[in-house]
Amino acid sequence: MNKKNIPILSCITGRKGGNSCGSMFNFKYLLLAATIALFIIMFGIGSVSFRGFFSLKVFFDLFIDNPFLFIAAIGMTFVIITGGIDLSVGSVAALTTMITGTLVEIHGVSPAVVLPFVLLVGSSIGFLIGIMVHFFKIQPFIATLGGMFLARGIALMINTDSITLNNSFFKAVSNYHIPVIGNAFITINVVILLSVVVIAIILAHYTNFGRTVYAIGGNEQSAILMGLPVGRTKILVYTISGFCSALAGVTMMFYMPSGNPLHGVGMEMDVIAAVVIGGTMLTGGSGYMLGTVFGVLILGTIATLINFQGGSVNPWWIRIINAALILIFCLLQIIFEKKGRKIAKS
Amino acid sequence: MAGFNLRNIMGKVAGFFSAASRSGLLWPVIFLGLILLVNAVINPGFFDIEIKDGRLSGSLIDIMNRSSYIVLLAIGMTFVVATAGIDISVGAVVAISAAISAYLIGGTLVVENGVQQYVSFMPMPVAIIAALLIATALGMWNGLLISRMGLQPIIATLILMVAGRGIAQLITSGQIITIYYKPFFFIGGGYLFGIPFSIYIVAAVLAVVMFLKKRTALGLFIQSVGINKTATRFAGINSSNIILWVYAFSGFCAGIVGLLVCSNNKSADGNNAGYNMELDAILAVVLGGTSLAGGKFYIMGSVIGGLIIQSLTTTIFSIKEIKPEANLVVKAVIVFVVCLIQSESFRKKVAGVIFLREKKSL
Repeated sequence: MNKKNIPILSCITGRKGGNSCGSMFNFKYLLLAATIALFIIMFGIGSVSFRGFFSLKVFFDLFIDNPFLFIAAIGMTFVIITGGIDLSVGSVAALTTMITGTLVEIHGVSPAVVLPFVLLVGSSIGFLIGIMVHFFKIQPFIATLGGMFLARGIALMINTDSITLNNSFFKAVSNYHIPVIGNAFITINVVILLSVVVIAIILAHYTNFGRTVYAIGGNEQSAILMGLPVGRTKILVYTISGFCSALAGVTMMFYMPSGNPLHGVGMEMDVIAAVVIGGTMLTGGSGYMLGTVFGVLILGTIATLINFQGGSVNPWWIRIINAALILIFCLLQIIFEKKGRKIAKS
Repeated sequence: MAGFNLRNIMGKVAGFFSAASRSGLLWPVIFLGLILLVNAVINPGFFDIEIKDGRLSGSLIDIMNRSSYIVLLAIGMTFVVATAGIDISVGAVVAISAAISAYLIGGTLVVENGVQQYVSFMPMPVAIIAALLIATALGMWNGLLISRMGLQPIIATLILMVAGRGIAQLITSGQIITIYYKPFFFIGGGYLFGIPFSIYIVAAVLAVVMFLKKRTALGLFIQSVGINKTATRFAGINSSNIILWVYAFSGFCAGIVGLLVCSNNKSADGNNAGYNMELDAILAVVLGGTSLAGGKFYIMGSVIGGLIIQSLTTTIFSIKEIKPEANLVVKAVIVFVVCLIQSESFRKKVAGVIFLREKKSL
């Protein structure tokens, strides 16, 4: 892609019906800025209100406690940018933990073989969903709903009980701490999730694949007419999401070494919420990987804030606050979009 | 002569099939029939209906009774889907409606003048009306966000879905509220003239909906909003209001289901009441032949879709060789199979080409 193409592409990557190109782009940055600002404000509120909140440890814990949300949300962002949705993430993650648990603990297979295998299984489920969405024009909502039932059902059929992973590898990984500054540390999960984020940012913003993803979300018909590989990209996007879900399942096992068919129940909704709070439009066509990262950080901060409150706040407020945040962000998106259009017209 | 007759019969059969196919009910009915047939083969007494203690009992009655939740939600959902929307908040609304009715009725056993009496916290009609009104209001909240603020349906209803269970938990203060007021149990568990009362509720809602669809232009309006919202507005129809009321109706249906669930379980559980029901309802609508892209919709299809899901569950639980855990896998397979068969591009790719040529040559 040479530089000449970029203005045209920024038109496509703008939202549906947007003919505003340049100015719209700025407004999208504004939304990302709003997400980051909200995170800083929330973290600030916590730091002022609670002793010991403002520390690297609390900040790193946001990553250490939610690696699966980060990774699944990154995969979901790709899907949502194309205008789709993936409801299967939580179940695929659970299936991953169950397959690993059974193969490693009961059949004694080495994790070195099992982990690549489960990642392959997750990717294949995503691949199949992608094929159904692209070739057979089944709505993503229904196709991934089927994937969700399938993965959860297989996980339950393998075993309805939880399997504890006593394998030395999982114990070693989950106990391994990488010291950073002072007594703050990160885990292997954080390294995995940060590499996923970096790869995703490169994929989304610096490759032909990424541009096609945005183009499909902007207007699939135009993308086809432009000769972009729409089908291949769409299938690949669901495959990536399946891979990310499986990887999220792997990080779950690194976080707490067990396989459980009921891991990640309802996780897809948290993930979608994080992506939306991160400023990605569900209509597709716009959004940033970095925004998603901050979206998950915001959800994590809310949970941490409520934890710091101790017993004084009903934990059910977490859900209500999350919902309010989604509402606020969607309304902001709409306001920004309208303003962007007005400026573009004048 | 024989050939001629055969051709005549074939023509009639083909005519029947094409009529059924036009009404959109062909595939759903075939699937329901297949599932029931499998049941009949496995369990010869499957179609038997007996009268026990003045009540009809049998597998078919059981399936109809149990499917009332999904069918009611699916009826409300069909209109939403027809306007090219989706309502994933119905499960949460079910939980809220159940919580409100349980909170308002509560009920205690009081002994007055030596007579045991069940006393409700509020009069039962008040509780029922309050639960239905609040459920409808929640639906209208969805509708307002979508039609007035321009939010996407899935996001607007996601907000209520995420918040809804929190709200339900706040109403029940995180507890499971148990109800001790007998008359309330009639709604979800009672029998009228030997038939479960919930079937009457479903039939009443269905009758009203079918009347509105067949005898008024409302069905056409909803369909046209789903096909092209802007064009519909230009044609002089208030698209926004139609969208608003469609979501309100979906909320209302969820409210009824909340009452049924609460009355049947004799308790309200903010966490589990209506859990994943939205997915089953959407599935029923899709199995019934209504496209999530909006436009043409099939109320009876959705009803049959709901029956398919319920009879599938009943079948799996009744076959001892299949573990109940397999329910989800079978459901997934059915989703894929039905969606693939209904998908035009799939049919064209697999068999459509051959059939089309045959039709043309005829």
